[in-house]
Amino acid sequence: MVVRRLLTLVPLVWLVVTLSFIVVQAAPGSYADTIDNPRLSPETRAAIRAHYGTDEPFFEQYLRWVGALATGDLGVSFMYREPVSRVLARAIPPTALLAGTGLAITLLLGLVLAVASAWRPHGWADRVITLLSLGLYGVPSFWLAGGLILMFSLVLGWLPPSHMHSVGASELGAPASVLDLLRHLVLPAICLGLLGAAGTARYLRATLLDVHSSRFMLAARARGLPKWRLIWVHALRPALLPVITLFGLSLPILVSGSVVVETIFSWPGMGQVAFNAARARDIPLILGATLVGAAAVILGNLVSDLMYAVVDPRARRRQ
Amino acid sequence: MKSLSVGFTVIAVLIVGCWFGPIVLPATGDGDPVHAALLPPGTVVSVLALVDGRTLVSPDITREDNVLIVRGRHGVTEIAPEQVTEERRVRLWLGSDRFGRDVLPRLLVGGRLSLLIAGFGVLVALAVGLGVGLAAATGPRAVDAILMRLVDALLSFPILLLLILVSSLFRPGPVLLVAVLGLSSWMGLARLVRGQVLSLRSRDFIKAARVAGTPELRTWTLHYLPNLKAPVAQDTALQMGNLVLAEATLSFLGLGLPANLPSWGAMVADGQRVMLEGWWLSFFPGMAIAVLVISLALVGDGLQKRRTASA
Repeated sequence: MVVRRLLTLVPLVWLVVTLSFIVVQAAPGSYADTIDNPRLSPETRAAIRAHYGTDEPFFEQYLRWVGALATGDLGVSFMYREPVSRVLARAIPPTALLAGTGLAITLLLGLVLAVASAWRPHGWADRVITLLSLGLYGVPSFWLAGGLILMFSLVLGWLPPSHMHSVGASELGAPASVLDLLRHLVLPAICLGLLGAAGTARYLRATLLDVHSSRFMLAARARGLPKWRLIWVHALRPALLPVITLFGLSLPILVSGSVVVETIFSWPGMGQVAFNAARARDIPLILGATLVGAAAVILGNLVSDLMYAVVDPRARRRQ
Repeated sequence: MKSLSVGFTVIAVLIVGCWFGPIVLPATGDGDPVHAALLPPGTVVSVLALVDGRTLVSPDITREDNVLIVRGRHGVTEIAPEQVTEERRVRLWLGSDRFGRDVLPRLLVGGRLSLLIAGFGVLVALAVGLGVGLAAATGPRAVDAILMRLVDALLSFPILLLLILVSSLFRPGPVLLVAVLGLSSWMGLARLVRGQVLSLRSRDFIKAARVAGTPELRTWTLHYLPNLKAPVAQDTALQMGNLVLAEATLSFLGLGLPANLPSWGAMVADGQRVMLEGWWLSFFPGMAIAVLVISLALVGDGLQKRRTASA
């Protein structure tokens, strides 16, 4: 089953790759322009153009690129002058760390807020949390990031405003440098996590209330179980199922969100690489980064489908 | 019901304010970078129109021995009272920016841009989404399969990444920006329309209409479209909120409209450069974005509640 699902992903990945290739090729200008100089001789400028392979016909470039991709070769980045795969390999761990922490914050906070809301529906806690999540939903991520930086870095001075390590952190011992990394992680991860927490809380609250009115909950209540057990054990387990779907759905948001958050916090990850590559028209790197982003989302969806099958027996039987 | 009216009221106030506000508000000229830079919200300034056409704006003007002393953050100017043709006192409700410009009118003009771009963008999304959804629901099986795979593929793509890619490569003007935003957000609507049409088709009243020999076109205008209206309107409202955020994010990153236009996202970006000296410069545009997005969400929410209440 897994193999079949994986095979259906191949055309999806192909489509994404081809779409991004068309977009990149259709754009005016090229990387050669960014280092172009009218004082150079026409021959040199033509040579630069030829060097970056941007003067070939569209279809030839496409075939060459897809062919190389099929063998796992992503080409050489114009900006960094090293293989795209190496640039990406360097950028993925920081993003994985940031997005993973952000996701954990999203799910945990969403869970706690939802349980607090569903504890007494339409009570004051529910109202406050509903308002709060509505506010978080509307607030732009870059504005939230700016506010966090202003508050905790500039005014209070508790946390560093940007980058992943302090200058000279590599000279510190292991515990100190890990602490340094964590201190840099706090603000961007909170920013990324808060974005998704509002939606998760809203969604989970609805499913919790849904489960509340089911018969097994009535039976559990009739047995006189304490309220915390009712909610945390009996209601939460079935209500958590949709969260798995939500995990799959929140991946595009996470990928997009990390572009913005990484750019603001100068976090050296995929988002920043993609942003800089797009601005410099570094075609191989743009395509590589897009491929990785799309693949992460697609794989995430696959994983959430599979997890669903593991957790929910009904979904397994339908397959 | 309540959220619907609150949402609509706020949006109506925003629309009226953004279009008429800049006309009604007292003008302070193009700003006075020397005397009026970075004044906090609520500051009252004097606006002096001079004979040579210049405008001086300052919160602190004193008269000494027949000379007006105009003080400001970046300098002091002395002028003779005869040079002043007109003097007005104006309150800068939201303060002034680095160039001594009044923030409130700029914010309102930016609101026009946000509303227009998100509004037209959502119209594009609506047109494409309706077209694709209807084509998938009514066309041959193969068309349906291909269109829905395309929708799946596009939905699995991190849209903001695509938007950043497209706008940094093409440097769009307003029209292209609307097109790009619209073309990147029709997928949910297409899926919704297709699902609704398919589920309506198996409902009794539609079957009855068909059995009664109602012409196809009449079934559509009488039965399908009225039932599509509510869910589509709800999704459109939410989608428009997303577009407001997307446009703001692009202009924040410097990839949206040209920098001379006061788009809300660009205003936040600009204000964050002087966050410590002028928190209000990034605070108010951000709040404006949030208020618009939340109102749109309230409208969507209210429409859904009304739909489930009537169903």
